[in-house]
Amino acid sequence: MISFSEIFSEFTALLAGPDPDLLEIVFLSMQVSLTATLLACLIGLPLGALLAMRDFPGKWLVTVLVNTLMGMPPVVLGLIVYLMLSRSGPMGFLQLLYTPAAMIIAQTALVLPIVTALTRQLIEDSWKDYREPLQSLCVSPWGCVQTLLWDNRFSLMTISLAGFSRAISEVGAVIIVGGNIDHLTRVMTTAIALETSKGDLALALALGFILLVIALLVNATVYSTRMRFA
Amino acid sequence: MNRLLPLNISQLHLQIDQRQLLNCINLRIVSNGICLIMGHNGAGKSLLLRCMHGLLKPNSGTVSWNHSGADIIETRQQQAMVFQKPLMLNRSVAGNIHYVLKLRNLPLSLCEHYLKSANLESKGEQAARSLSGGEQQRLAIARAIATEPAVLFLDEPTANLDPQATRQIESQVLNAMHQSIKVIMVTHDIAQAKRLADEIVFMQTGSVTEHTDAKQFFTQPHSDAARDYLSAYLH
Repeated sequence: MISFSEIFSEFTALLAGPDPDLLEIVFLSMQVSLTATLLACLIGLPLGALLAMRDFPGKWLVTVLVNTLMGMPPVVLGLIVYLMLSRSGPMGFLQLLYTPAAMIIAQTALVLPIVTALTRQLIEDSWKDYREPLQSLCVSPWGCVQTLLWDNRFSLMTISLAGFSRAISEVGAVIIVGGNIDHLTRVMTTAIALETSKGDLALALALGFILLVIALLVNATVYSTRMRFA
Repeated sequence: MNRLLPLNISQLHLQIDQRQLLNCINLRIVSNGICLIMGHNGAGKSLLLRCMHGLLKPNSGTVSWNHSGADIIETRQQQAMVFQKPLMLNRSVAGNIHYVLKLRNLPLSLCEHYLKSANLESKGEQAARSLSGGEQQRLAIARAIATEPAVLFLDEPTANLDPQATRQIESQVLNAMHQSIKVIMVTHDIAQAKRLADEIVFMQTGSVTEHTDAKQFFTQPHSDAARDYLSAYLH
């Protein structure tokens, strides 16, 4: 059984002497997860807003589907993306399997339903108050989307954070499509999984704490931005 | 002369969820000035206002502005409406005015003028949602006037406001009228109606029972319903 002091000494050792390999892993984790969150927000925020504001046949079905996809197991999603990107798959010609790009695709697909579903709920609530005044001003449908997204910007930042948290903490999808290749596709979570399988639990937990610190820093940055401008 | 007048409403019926809410409304509004719509709660005043503005589509009948069959959006762009509970956009006071100025492709430099007209020039950078109820309503009216409308609809703009805030709103309404904006306003306040109205539309249970000159309405109302309404408020 490992002791807390063992984990703590590994943790302080990792922080004290910045290992280039560790920095590379941290940097790639941030790069992949932030890019995936950004892409998911670019698609999911307007999509969620449109879903909230427009009426169309089968809207309830789309809403239920998007809400259900929030609970998609990362391993299943990773497998689907793997099949799509594998050599015999429909997107095999792109040769993206076992690259950071494949990991970004998988994480974007994982975060997109979260951002879309939460945005839809938020905007649907706001739309009740905004609908008539914006109709009165003859604001275009796209103008309505922009207005609602801007006016809900601080709540949407929290939704984006939820998406980022999902991306940075998942392991199942990135390990399948990325392959956990050293110096190429190894990220924090896959490194933790590897160290655990090797039996180096102290290092695995220390890496976990670093992951937690990164998430904490991102959350603190967003929260302070919100407090400053809200 | 106002570019959107006269307003002709003919045989207007509105039914929602099997309930007849507006019943055979015939109305002709010709002159500039302030037209007040009065009546008991549930008479259909706000619904009529929304039908005039094109926010609600009647089941039958027509609403025609200046004899034209112009597109509803085109007509609505020349009108503005202030709701009983005004929507404050989640931005600064000046940001709220900028929003409509940009929308109508008007110079942002006009913002200062409209803030001054609402007596809010010192609060331009403040968050609009942090204003008091009266200030929010003044900002909503200034924002509506900033769209340079020909017709301004006001749905009980002074409900729940104190007398001082009410006077400030009334002053804005009179200024709008002096800018040749036709004001059509819903109110329950008889004293306010006496101060502001040029003409009165009186409604009861979804129908217009009286449309007359304001002086005539307050001294010699034609309908029993209007007499009852006025006496109930006076005693």
